[in-house]
Amino acid sequence: MIRSEILRDIAPIIRDHLVVCNIGLPSQELHAIDDQPTNFYMLGTMGLASSIGLGLALVQPKTVISIDGDGSVLTNLGTLPTIANNVADNFILLIIDNGSYGSTGDQPTYAGKKTSLAAVAQACGCDNVVEVQDKDLGPALQTAIDSRQMTVIVCKCDSGNIKLPVITMDPVVIRDRFMKAVAR
Amino acid sequence: MSISKKLVDDLVANDVSFITTVPCKQLAGVIDEVEARSEIFHIPANKEDEGMGLCAGAYMGGKRSAIIMQNTAIGVTINTLATLIQFYRMPLPMLISYRGELREPVACQVEMALHTKALLAQMHIPTYHFHGESDAAEFDAILKYTFMCNKPVAILTDASFWGGYGDQ
Ligand SMILES: [Mg+2]
Repeated sequence: MIRSEILRDIAPIIRDHLVVCNIGLPSQELHAIDDQPTNFYMLGTMGLASSIGLGLALVQPKTVISIDGDGSVLTNLGTLPTIANNVADNFILLIIDNGSYGSTGDQPTYAGKKTSLAAVAQACGCDNVVEVQDKDLGPALQTAIDSRQMTVIVCKCDSGNIKLPVITMDPVVIRDRFMKAVAR
Repeated sequence: MSISKKLVDDLVANDVSFITTVPCKQLAGVIDEVEARSEIFHIPANKEDEGMGLCAGAYMGGKRSAIIMQNTAIGVTINTLATLIQFYRMPLPMLISYRGELREPVACQVEMALHTKALLAQMHIPTYHFHGESDAAEFDAILKYTFMCNKPVAILTDASFWGGYGDQ
C-alpha cells in the first residue's frame, strides 16, 4: 500500500480525533480524502508535526494523532527524546515510513536503508513503540487510541504518490477552524 | 527581587503557562525559575525550531506559550518563524540571550550577534533590547503587546542586563 491508500484506510478511525498532518502530500491527501475541522494541515515547516502534536497533547485532554513521515522525523530526530521524556498519554505519533521523501520525488531516506526509526524511538526512551505493515495499521492504531498510552507507531509501506492539488485554504483559517474544534 | 524572578512573574501574570527552553549560560537563572514554578509547564527542547513547534501546539490547545533561547537560534528558526508562527499568525514571546555583545568573552558569539538585529528586522519581528536592569520594567507591556497582535516578538537580553560575566 502507498500512503494515500493508508490514509483512506484509517480515515474513519482518525476523523473524530485531533490530527496534526505533515507538510506536503500527506496533508493534501488527507484534505482530499476526509477534510475535517479537527485536522491541522501543515503547509510548511518540515519536521515539526510531532512537536506540534506533543505540545497540543500536553495541554488538553483530547487524543492527538500526529501523522508524520520517515523523512520528516529524520529531519527533527530531537523530537523523539522530548516525546519520551514528556509523556502525554493522549498522544500518538504515527510515522508513515515509505523509505522515501515522497513530496519531493521519492528520493530514498536512510529509514529505507539501515536506520530503523522504531529502534531509534525505543533507544530514545519511548515506552510503547509498535512497528506494523501497512495493511495492519487500522487495528494497531485503534488499539493505541483505546489504550490511552502514548504510542509511537511506525507503519512500513510502499513509496508512491497520487496527483493532488495543493491546499489553498488560508493558514489562519486552518488554524482558527482547528482551534475551535480543539475547544469544542 | 532577582531579575529572573521578575521576568517569570510577568510571564505568569500574563497567563503564560507553557515554556520551552534551550539553555544558555546567561539564561540559567531564569530557566531555573521557570522550572520551579508550578504554574508553568516547562519542556526543554533539543533545538529551537522543535521548541517553536511545541509552543505552536500548546497555543492551539488554548495555552499561552513562550520560548527562551540564545540569539544563535535566530539562525536556526528563520523558516519556522516564517512558515509556522507568522504564516498561521501565532503569538510567541521569545526571551533571548543576546550573546556576542559588550563583555562577551567568546569571539565566535560576536559573529551571530552581528546578524541578530538585521535578521529580526528582515523578518519584521518586533524587537526589544534589554541592556540595563531597569529595561525589564517593560517586559509586562511587551507580553501584552505580543498577545494583542499575535506575532512572534523578540526580547534580546545582553550581558550587561544580566550583570556581566562576573570574573571577566
Ligand atoms: Mg517518506
